[in-house]
Amino acid sequence: MSGVKQILLTPLFENNPIALQILGVCSALAVTTQLNVTLVMCVALTTVTAFSNLFISLIRNHMPSSIRIIVQMTIIASLVIAVDQFLQAFAYEISKNLSVFVGLIITNCIVMGRAEAFAMKNPPALSFLDGIGNGLGYSLVLIVVASVRELFGSGSLFSIQILPLVENGGWYQANGLMLLSPSAFFIIGFFIWALRSVKKDQVETRDYRIASHSTEEGAF
Amino acid sequence: MEQLLNLFVKAVFIENMALQMFLGMCTFLAVSKKIETAIGLGVAVVVVQLITVPVNNIIFNQLLREGALDWLGAPELSLEFLGFLCYIGVIAAMVQILEMFLDKFVPSLYNALGVFLPLITVNCAILGATLFMVERDYSFAESIAFGLGSGFGWALAIVALAGIREKLKYSDVPEGLRGLGITFITVGLMSLGFMSLSGVSL
Repeated sequence: MSGVKQILLTPLFENNPIALQILGVCSALAVTTQLNVTLVMCVALTTVTAFSNLFISLIRNHMPSSIRIIVQMTIIASLVIAVDQFLQAFAYEISKNLSVFVGLIITNCIVMGRAEAFAMKNPPALSFLDGIGNGLGYSLVLIVVASVRELFGSGSLFSIQILPLVENGGWYQANGLMLLSPSAFFIIGFFIWALRSVKKDQVETRDYRIASHSTEEGAF
Repeated sequence: MEQLLNLFVKAVFIENMALQMFLGMCTFLAVSKKIETAIGLGVAVVVVQLITVPVNNIIFNQLLREGALDWLGAPELSLEFLGFLCYIGVIAAMVQILEMFLDKFVPSLYNALGVFLPLITVNCAILGATLFMVERDYSFAESIAFGLGSGFGWALAIVALAGIREKLKYSDVPEGLRGLGITFITVGLMSLGFMSLSGVSL
C-alpha cells in the first residue's frame, strides 16, 4: 500500500514535473490568468496523462519499440480529441478561453515523458496512478501560479471579488503586470526558489565556483 | 505582400512563440545552455515550422474543413475533429525525414542536436503554430509567412537566451535559484523586453 501512496505523492514535491523535471511548462504559463480556466486545464491534463499511461502500459509488451512513439502519439491524440470534444459540448466558454491549449496537451511533455519513463516499464494499475500523481503535481504548480496571478491581477479568485478594486470604490489597485506574460515566468521562478530552499537536495550544482575573497601579503 | 510582411514581423516580435505565447518552453529551457546547440535547434525549428504549417494548412483546407469534401458528394461532412491526429502525424513524419536527412548529409549538426531532434515532434511551438493557423483561418500564403515568422521568432529567443546563460553561469546566484530558477527569471525579463515591441506594425 505504501508503494501506491508513494507513486501518488512523490510527483507533488519530491519530483515535481514542472519544478524539477522541466516538463509541461508551456501550458503552465499560458492558462494561468484565471483560476476556473486553470482548473479545467488541470483536470483535462490529469485525465489524459492517467489514461494514456493506462493504455500504453496495457499494450507495452505488444508494441515494437521502433514505432512506439507513433503509437503513443496516436493514443494521446485520440484521448485529447475526446477531451476537446467533451469540453466543446459541455463547457464551451472555457473551451474558447483555453483556445489552442487543449490541443497542445498532445505535445505536453508530461504526457509523453511519463509514457516513456513509467508506463513502458510498469503494470497498468501503477501506471494509471503515476499518471494521476503527475497530473496532480502539475496541477499544484498551476493552481499556485493562477491564484497569485488572479488575486493580484484582478483582485478575485474564481471570478469572485476578494480584494475590492479602486474602480469599483474599493481600495485595491489591480496590478496589470500580473495578467501579462512576464509575471508567469517570475512566479514560477520564485516558486522553484521556495521549493528548493525547503528541499535542499534539489539545488543544482554550479558550473563555476567564485574564488573566496582574500588578500595576500605583498599584493599591494 | 505588405500584409504578409506585417504578419511575419508580428509573428517574430509581437506574438513571439517562446516569450509571449509560452510555447516550446521545455526545449527552450533545456537546450539553451550553449549558443551553438541553440542555433542548431533554432534552425531545425525554422525548417520544420516552414514545412509543417503550410502542409497542415493544405490538409485542413482541402480535406478536413466543413464542405471541403464537396467533390466526394459529401458537402456537409466535417472532419475537423480528426485535426489533432492529422497535424501531429504530419509533424512526426516531417521530423523523421529531417532527422534522416541530417544524419546523412550534416552529421555534425545531427550529433549536436542528439536527442532533441526527435523531441521537436513534441515541441509545442510546432503544433501550436499549426493550431493558431487553423484557429485564425490563414490562407496558404499567410500560413507560409506565419510558419517562417513563428519559427524565426522562436529561434531568435532561444539564441538570445543561450547568450545570456553563457555569461550567467559565472555569476554568483543564490542557492535555491541556481539553474532553472534564475533561467525562468531571465526569460521573464526578456519577455518584458519583447513587450516593448508590441506597438510595432508595418
